[in-house]
Amino acid sequence: MRLEVKGLSKAFGGVHAVDELDFTVEPGQIYAVIGPNGAGKTTLFNLISGIYRPDCGEIRLNDERVTNLPPEQLAARGMLRTFQHMQVCMNMSALENVMLGRHLHTVRGFWSALLRLPQLRRSEQACREQAAELLEFVGCHDYLESAASALPYGALKRLEIARALAAKPGILLLDEPAAGLNTTETAALERLIASIAADGITVVLVEHDMKLVMSISEQVLVLDYGRRLAVGTPTEVRQNPDVIAAYLGG
Amino acid sequence: MVIPRWIPGKVSGMPLLIAVLLLFPLTTGNEFHLDIATQMALIAATVVGLNLLVGYAGQVSLGHAAFFAIGAYGSAVLTSTYGWSAVPALLGSAALVAAIAWLFGRPLLRLKGHYLSMATLGFGIIVAIVINNEGWLTGGPDGMAVAPFSIFGFELSVFDDYTLWGVEVTGALLWYVVAAFLLVVAVWIALNIIDSPIGRALRAVHGSEVAARVVGVDTAHYKLMIFVVSAIYASVMGSFYAHYTGFITPELATFEHSIELITMVVLGGMGSTFGVIIGAVLLLLLPQLLADFQQYEMLLFGLILMLTMIFMPKGLLPTLCQLFTRVLDRSRLSARRRDET
Repeated sequence: MRLEVKGLSKAFGGVHAVDELDFTVEPGQIYAVIGPNGAGKTTLFNLISGIYRPDCGEIRLNDERVTNLPPEQLAARGMLRTFQHMQVCMNMSALENVMLGRHLHTVRGFWSALLRLPQLRRSEQACREQAAELLEFVGCHDYLESAASALPYGALKRLEIARALAAKPGILLLDEPAAGLNTTETAALERLIASIAADGITVVLVEHDMKLVMSISEQVLVLDYGRRLAVGTPTEVRQNPDVIAAYLGG
Repeated sequence: MVIPRWIPGKVSGMPLLIAVLLLFPLTTGNEFHLDIATQMALIAATVVGLNLLVGYAGQVSLGHAAFFAIGAYGSAVLTSTYGWSAVPALLGSAALVAAIAWLFGRPLLRLKGHYLSMATLGFGIIVAIVINNEGWLTGGPDGMAVAPFSIFGFELSVFDDYTLWGVEVTGALLWYVVAAFLLVVAVWIALNIIDSPIGRALRAVHGSEVAARVVGVDTAHYKLMIFVVSAIYASVMGSFYAHYTGFITPELATFEHSIELITMVVLGGMGSTFGVIIGAVLLLLLPQLLADFQQYEMLLFGLILMLTMIFMPKGLLPTLCQLFTRVLDRSRLSARRRDET
């Protein structure tokens, strides 16, 4: 899925968290957004995914204008996301959390639910099996029937990815997927992201782990004070004097 | 204490409920007991519907008695005054209640917070006043008589005796069977909704509303849906209640009655379908157990609400289940230790 952002701005009080931002993510890319703390990365994600409303600017998905659409409608168009501060339903099992992600692709009509019609039963069975497969795909096979609250941190992060994948995304936004993970877990995450992209899903990630960003992304966008500081391939960005200055405080 | 292995960890509620409902009339031939049980079943079914809203959508309706009363008065007025037959009157009242709930819920359930509680509180008070004052339609504070329930020319009255397939049954027993059947259907529908993508979406709202929304769940839509469903539950049971008792008063619509219904949900266990049935049974037993209890009723409900919230916020049945599982685990553990030594 192609994502296009034009002139996007959002201010909180007097602080311009995102300021006149333009960028384009081409279909199938792994696109990273980096920047120092407070550069507006998470705000940008919240704007694109419909959690915040932009002050001005435009967001296009496959050439359709989706600015100001609520998150549930963006999900229906194929834009899914995970959160830096995880949003997992702790009152449900791990499997149910992933089944929730499949919501839009299940039989969920009022009457079929009320009377528990055979088509709903079949759809729920299929949903359960697909959710289990996805949990296995992200490496959570040990936790199929566990309560979500019993999962360790790293597994919860992968659970969020499985839930997003369950909704059949065309574009997946990952907000700091490697935060809090150890080296082994990060390596597994890198393989996971690569295989997601190999399935043709566009991946946009906000990440602090430079090793991860530099090794998997095709394009890197560097933000500073809500503005675009640089954009290009990992090698180009690494050699950009502005980026070096911003990171090293030059 | 060692608990034998044949006690399963989870007892399935539905067969147990049906068994209790079937066995109850065998334990008593007393019409008074049957009468209490019939009323309990109708109120319990109302509370099962209210629980869908409170326990799953996380919203509180303080006007559910008003929906119950609209169902009751709607059926009464349409059958007695306008000569409708019972089933269309029941459906018409339910449609009216559904429309009212939809109109209230649609703007309010998009907002976070207790706006629905406040609006339903106000609505309940208005309905109680209207029923009290519009005497030409509702009989005012004196109440009004309701014709017995009838379907296809068959009239079901508590005071008649019937012969069905050669067996003599009293009207009271027949009404008990109807009420028990309604309760089973109410529970069946509630369990179906809970165990569907709709129920999962509503549980997710409790866990993390934003998580539900980003995967495409229109949470406001499902909250509205469940609010309308719970209002229809109240209306339909109100209609049956009116036909059953044969006489209704504005007391049905009072704020006190709404609080009573909420207390049943909280006491039995929010989000526990079988728990709230126990809550309804216990609270309806209270006035039978304590004589001269009438004037302290609200006091006692308040006390029960407070004590439940303090000592078992999850409610009676979930707390008991938790205790039971804990005892079970401990006894299995000690049994294993004994085996090892």
